[in-house]
Amino acid sequence: MGYRAKFEVWRGDSSGEGALQPFEVDVNEGEVVLDIVHRLQATQAGDLAVRWNCKAGKCGSCSAEVNGRPRLMCMTRMSTFDEHETVTITPLRTFPVIRDLVTDVDFNYVKAREIPSFAPPEDLAPGEYRMSQIDVERPQEFRKCIECYLCQNTCHAVRDHEENKEEFAGPRYLMRVSELDMHPLDVRDRKDAAQEDHGLGYCNITKCCTEVCPEHIKITDNALIPMKERVVDTKYDPLVWLGRKIFKREDLEARHATGRRSLDDAGPGNGSPLPADSIGPVGG
Amino acid sequence: MADEADGTAVSHHSYDVLVIGAGGAGLRAAIEARMRGKRVAILSKSLFGKAHTVMAEGGIAASMGNANPRDNWEVHYRDTMRGGKFLNNWRMAELHAKEAPQRVWELETYGALFDRTPEGKISQRNFGGHQFPRLAHVGDRTGLELIRTLQQKIVSLQQEDHARTGDYESDLKVFHEFTVTELFKDGDRIAGAFGYRRPTGEYLCFHAPAVVLATGGIGKSFKVTSNSWEYTGDGHALALRAGARLINMEFVQFHPTGMVWPPSVKGILVTESVRGDGGVLKNSEGERFMFRYIPDVFREQYATSEDEGDRWYDDADNNRRPPELLPRDEVARAINNEVKEGRGSPAGGVYLDIASRRTTEFIRKRLPSMYHQFKELADVDITAEPMEVGPTCHYVMGGVEVDPDTASTVVPGLFAAGEVAGGMHGSNRLGGNSLSDLLVFGCRAGAGAADYLDGLGTAPAVGNEAVDAALAEAEKPFSVRGEENAYTLHQELQQTMNDLVGIIRRADEMEMALKRLAELRDRIPRVGVTGGRAYNPGWHLAMDLRNMLMVSQCIAMAALERQESRGGHTRDDYPAMDENWRRELLNCSLADGPDGPEVQLNHQPQPAMRPDLFDLFELDELKKYYTGDELGGHRADRGM
Amino acid sequence: MTTTAHDPGAPSPDNPGRADIRARTLRRDRWWLAPLVNALGLATFVVYATIRSFWGSAYYVPEYHYLSPFYSPCFSASCVPGSSHFGAFLPAFPPWIPLAILSLPFLLGFRLTCYYYRKSYYRAFWMSPPACAVSEPHGKYTGETRFPLILQNAHRYFFYVAFLISLINTYDMVVAFQSDAPDGSSRFGIGLGNIILLANVIGLWLYTLSCHSCRHVTGGRLKHFSRHPVRYRIWTAISSLNTRHMLFAWITIGTLILTDLYIMLVASGTISDLRIVN
Repeated sequence: MGYRAKFEVWRGDSSGEGALQPFEVDVNEGEVVLDIVHRLQATQAGDLAVRWNCKAGKCGSCSAEVNGRPRLMCMTRMSTFDEHETVTITPLRTFPVIRDLVTDVDFNYVKAREIPSFAPPEDLAPGEYRMSQIDVERPQEFRKCIECYLCQNTCHAVRDHEENKEEFAGPRYLMRVSELDMHPLDVRDRKDAAQEDHGLGYCNITKCCTEVCPEHIKITDNALIPMKERVVDTKYDPLVWLGRKIFKREDLEARHATGRRSLDDAGPGNGSPLPADSIGPVGG
Repeated sequence: MADEADGTAVSHHSYDVLVIGAGGAGLRAAIEARMRGKRVAILSKSLFGKAHTVMAEGGIAASMGNANPRDNWEVHYRDTMRGGKFLNNWRMAELHAKEAPQRVWELETYGALFDRTPEGKISQRNFGGHQFPRLAHVGDRTGLELIRTLQQKIVSLQQEDHARTGDYESDLKVFHEFTVTELFKDGDRIAGAFGYRRPTGEYLCFHAPAVVLATGGIGKSFKVTSNSWEYTGDGHALALRAGARLINMEFVQFHPTGMVWPPSVKGILVTESVRGDGGVLKNSEGERFMFRYIPDVFREQYATSEDEGDRWYDDADNNRRPPELLPRDEVARAINNEVKEGRGSPAGGVYLDIASRRTTEFIRKRLPSMYHQFKELADVDITAEPMEVGPTCHYVMGGVEVDPDTASTVVPGLFAAGEVAGGMHGSNRLGGNSLSDLLVFGCRAGAGAADYLDGLGTAPAVGNEAVDAALAEAEKPFSVRGEENAYTLHQELQQTMNDLVGIIRRADEMEMALKRLAELRDRIPRVGVTGGRAYNPGWHLAMDLRNMLMVSQCIAMAALERQESRGGHTRDDYPAMDENWRRELLNCSLADGPDGPEVQLNHQPQPAMRPDLFDLFELDELKKYYTGDELGGHRADRGM
Repeated sequence: MTTTAHDPGAPSPDNPGRADIRARTLRRDRWWLAPLVNALGLATFVVYATIRSFWGSAYYVPEYHYLSPFYSPCFSASCVPGSSHFGAFLPAFPPWIPLAILSLPFLLGFRLTCYYYRKSYYRAFWMSPPACAVSEPHGKYTGETRFPLILQNAHRYFFYVAFLISLINTYDMVVAFQSDAPDGSSRFGIGLGNIILLANVIGLWLYTLSCHSCRHVTGGRLKHFSRHPVRYRIWTAISSLNTRHMLFAWITIGTLILTDLYIMLVASGTISDLRIVN
């Protein structure tokens, strides 16, 4: 069943300089691109750098571009290629390269930190949270995200425009804003921030994020467009706009009260109670 | 020897607490230590948020009683002890059963979104070995929810620090893609750690009086495993080298259902939820063979006919559960036996069938990632055809011996939580008890480390010679004129453990394994690597191999010594469970040998259960595990 | 989206440390096909609709009451007798003003700001990007953050108007089931034109109701579906239509052209309507 396949793998270092290196390597039935990269490591290029973890499409580590298409290598089956075809593997284009197929994805961690965290109602104790299944289903779809950053890599707003990285959080993190805005118990208003702080306006809904998502999350239709519509509710609705002009002060104060909660009471708390011996009858 | 020019400069960093590992246990420990006011660094081998915890599918076991109000911590405690065949550390099992609900509810305050019951509470599902529906879950991606929630809580704490100090990382910093190669001590006490950044190969020395090990398991020592590359037993080996002990290393859980086809994905997990949600196991003759494999100790709790088993899904109170939901060790052995006796599937597994029992819609809703996994990796539509599955190395019950309440080891300042810690699960872990273990003992380890710091007198210091020695050890593979290839040695190690210390064990095979491991021990120092320090997987593997070898030796030695079958340890030559062995724990430590430190095996007594916990069981059940003289203290004897 | 000339093949100093891969894309599939087909399809529609809107004749078939959607509603005194279903209260228009001047700008706006068409024309005409992982030929990109593209946020207001126009189109479709009897009275009748009008109206409703703004205002804006069970059901139904919004967008381009073309041919006497009943 096996055959000998032709591969071209980009090899280079953190200067960005590098080139496609040709390989010939055995391919067996049922294998995926990552298997082949591992075979190259074990037999021909011991120091070929590749990032991977679970090899089951669950962790989102092995993102790369296969024949120019952003993919998870562990989920790209060799049977999708012609046996005579040369398979080209290159690192994600949008992020600085570390070595070979490994890129520096810290951009994403920086963006993650810029999104204000979940803000539950203050008077709700652990164990008292009540949410309906139909209310959690929408944000749950976004929480399927495995953070492979393929959407972040593919979105032309940053892929083709490095300068937009400052202003634009990227699909993954705009989806996170949307997730929190749809969270049944989140009390923070996130609509202005989505537009002003995270660059929702840069999205021109060309849907490449959705196209490359290995979890098949409908990022554009279910997260970004609804978020744009929610922004319209507060920012571009003439009635709301007029109301804001008139009642500007109260509005701001109200939002201040609910929105800034957890950031204001900064500093460490006292940790979790460890109530082992207070729950049930214990003792000799 | 540290030098800028040749890239071996070492940078120094000081923290209160170092958490090694960024899975569920590590992140929970870091959160706890930070919330108790400590400066914390998290050292993660992979990217932040990619830890192996994401692979957990089924759920988090916690007796919240949302699905069945009869559930409580006592029932959970009993299930856990039964699952572990009474070899569990009873105090850990008690703390775990009591605190799991609190730890799960806490996740909701961090933003977790579990599936809900009609009343809006956290939904709970059935799982092997659990008497009631107990697993809080999100479809079949609960581990991802857990890791993402904890990750986002870390970010939230960083935002609070940022609001105060202007720096997100002032008091809680994640060093991801970082491998720890050595722990430092000052006298008896932990003083810090040494390691390298995987992307660049830079060396870092951490000065910290408390270290929490949360490195997970050892699965990469086996060929067929559901574990990812990170699972090389780093924490186990670091603990050994620092002077701590490992217990229960002979108990390795083989998950009954891993994928068996195609070959390249062999071992990848098929969640137990498939069976919890109605999937059944069939052999090549179409028989639901599990009915033939119900062991005596479980006979009263499991259905004996297919009809009763099927009724249980709708009416659990009046029917007994189907035997597909026996603890994992039983199911794994049964599958192994079916295949051995020639009733296996073409690829050498058995059939797991949910397609003929549930609607397409139900399957896609309840098991989305399984659907996805089989569709994309095996081109199998699980709503239309059965899956082929077989046992895969999944979890090590053994690990670092810890104090249950504080997660501290015998080395002052060294803590361990999660899979790397031993004792909690005894000889076999129940599904769903892992995620709760991570949270309960992660939290306790963080609190334990914080308390330790509060009571610490003078801070320990890292010696310069120790740093130089650690650096020299890490640099070694570059200077060796390598005649050995790290990848080849790794494959040999995996093959050895898989074939000779696998799911069914025999004395002669394990002796052979120990011999081969001894040979590998001689060869591993001769591994040389090509290329530089920047993201060099050959070098990374060469460093990890030492750890895998050390834990493999522990497993093989302990497995050879324990002459009985119990939980995750099955001896062909000693097929029965022996109540005398229930009192014995085996521990591994390092002792000086002629060629450097060697693994040493010792016996230690299993601590006796506290009487009130002992009384939670019926005497008839205890008789199956305990010898006569131990049963004296039971309430039945006191006329209660 | 302002542009400056830019050679996508040249190494960019703005991209520190990225892998230096000069090719615009390494994709080998026919990624250019979809934008090309989109461009041709949209261009055909725009050209056809423009010509027909200014054509000013052959838009109404008096004996069967067929009115082209490009001329509905017809409020001007210039409209042919019978085509003003709601009265002709506007004066006569000069020939350079389309007779449906009150509806066409909104319909155009509705489609221009539509979340699907935006994707389609940004990719096909503006090449921003032409396809996923293919560089766009622009040096600078600001998306929809500033004028004029910030106006795309007005989509929902166009939706409201389009909803009303769909009602008008529906009325037009219904009255067309009345055909003139030989004695001059009205009677029920069905011809091929009715079926085409009906198909067009169904298509228009599917397109209009599956709109993302409609999905938002009916239920998507809610945080708690559980407190609004009726709106949740409406949202669920619209969400399932919404997944096919692209399909409906193209279907209605087809049915609009077909409807207008058929009516034009019948009205101009080029062909006669195929009658089924009366």
